[in-house]
Amino acid sequence: MAKKYEAGVKDYRETYWQPDYVPLDSDLLACFKITPQPGIDREEAAAAVAAESSTGTWTTVWTDLLTDMDYYRGRCYRIEDVPGDDSCYYAFIAYPIDLFEEGSIVNVLTSLVGNVFGFKAVRALRLEDIRFSLAYVKTCNGPPHGIQVERDKMNKYGRPMLGCTIKPKLGLSAKNYGRAVYECLRGGLDFTKDDENVNSQPFMRWRDRFLFCQDAIETAEEETGERKGHYLNVTAASPEEMYERAEFAKEIGSPIIMHDFFTGGFCANTGLARWCAKNGVLLHIHRAMHAVVDRNPHHGIHFRVLAKTLRLSGGDHMHSGTVVGKLEGDREATLGWIDLMRESFIPEDRSRGIFFDQDFGSMPGTMPVASGGIHVWHMPALVAIFGDDSVLQFGGGTLGHPWGNAAGAAANRVALEACVDARNRGIDVEREGKAVMENAASHSPELKIAMETWKEIKFEFDTVDKLDGANR
Amino acid sequence: MSEMQDYKSGPKFETFSYLPQMTPDQTRQHIQFIINNGWNPAIEHVEPARSMKYFWYMWKLPMFGEQSVDVVLQELEACHREYPNHHVRLLGYDNYSQSQGMNFVVYRG
Repeated sequence: MAKKYEAGVKDYRETYWQPDYVPLDSDLLACFKITPQPGIDREEAAAAVAAESSTGTWTTVWTDLLTDMDYYRGRCYRIEDVPGDDSCYYAFIAYPIDLFEEGSIVNVLTSLVGNVFGFKAVRALRLEDIRFSLAYVKTCNGPPHGIQVERDKMNKYGRPMLGCTIKPKLGLSAKNYGRAVYECLRGGLDFTKDDENVNSQPFMRWRDRFLFCQDAIETAEEETGERKGHYLNVTAASPEEMYERAEFAKEIGSPIIMHDFFTGGFCANTGLARWCAKNGVLLHIHRAMHAVVDRNPHHGIHFRVLAKTLRLSGGDHMHSGTVVGKLEGDREATLGWIDLMRESFIPEDRSRGIFFDQDFGSMPGTMPVASGGIHVWHMPALVAIFGDDSVLQFGGGTLGHPWGNAAGAAANRVALEACVDARNRGIDVEREGKAVMENAASHSPELKIAMETWKEIKFEFDTVDKLDGANR
Repeated sequence: MSEMQDYKSGPKFETFSYLPQMTPDQTRQHIQFIINNGWNPAIEHVEPARSMKYFWYMWKLPMFGEQSVDVVLQELEACHREYPNHHVRLLGYDNYSQSQGMNFVVYRG
């Protein structure tokens, strides 16, 4: 029966709290961690979040009655305690798929993490996870190539790949920068990387950098007989400049370019990923600014959501944290989101912080990149944590070698291959790491010196953003 | 700290080429690793001058379903005998990921 219009303010819970709702396979599901203002009850705050992130506004409007609001609204269908933290709780919200434009991560995020995050009734709000339905996943382009195609193009099998960010990150001339690239690649790295800060500054314009880096790649390939690449950063002030740089990288034969998806934005990133698929160029993704939104346990967006949205928006590599280096990252949680980057189906697993089954169907995987404060002594743990489908990046750990970049690169390559060799032969590389490394160093003076140089460095601060439950 | 050394680069062969030549026993263990993972062993070889090409000559066909380390070793040796100046590499085809779980040069030509 048709409804009558009644102006005024209704409790959100009357419309948006629906505990008997059974989510549809096509729904997008979200889990928010809500820290309410004092005096606001759970159902009302949770329903408010559902309303403000979907169809609701603060008062009833007559135009609501011109459409099928029962179909279009988001609904909170479950509330759960947060283990070990009474100040907040989880709210699970289901959104019908028609609320979102096909293939648009921009649109999904504008709704789910839009106005609602400034909403007065909640003191803090965190988006913990999103279940993208397979129907929605199939509308997204995803990684331009994926892990399998990258391995084939780069001819790298049966081991993680090795990279290095060129330092100092700012101030080198293009030719000196190219020298640093060449030394790393000839020493045994597979990739080198522009620092995220390097775009096209006065001291080194992008075109000069691209040309010298490409020369370094080609020379190192000729010398070693191995395939090499350098992530040419095409992140720019505007899409037009970004595409101009990408086109030039392709023209000179660069196998891979790079983009900063968060500062550049999802619109630019999705466009660039589609360009990369069309033009056969691999895409490395940096994540500057992510810690601004993902580090606070009570407010913002969890990194696992950023990892999923990036996979859907498109990237062949994505920084994942290292667990063992200088940057934040809990081991179990990291294992959870590297699964979200690489696997086809990831089951719900609260011990890894995964709130929903996630089916990526046929979408290719993104290679996790471990980078930041890691050196040869971390190699056994990195191989054990990340497995083969990853890129391990040693910046200071390559360039800081007492004999220079080429020796530093060789040290890392020997250490990596020794760990993979040991693992394949049934040795527990994490437990036996020291012996494996010492044995490898006995035939590599470069590794021996590296191990002496970095022996004492450790990064043992406690993680700020722990999995819920670990705080108890 | 020992004295600084000059780094000499030269031809390499991707995975495991920065380690010393494998002992026969080590090679056996890697073949076992391929079999344990359910991958299909395969052998390829090429003249060193063409080693950067994606496609090397296949030695016969991949050994689908082969469970014997000895058989794989014998094929590696047979390939090396017939092409003593070629690089000979061992692959493990992973049909699930449509990739190669393993690929390394056993005999350097």
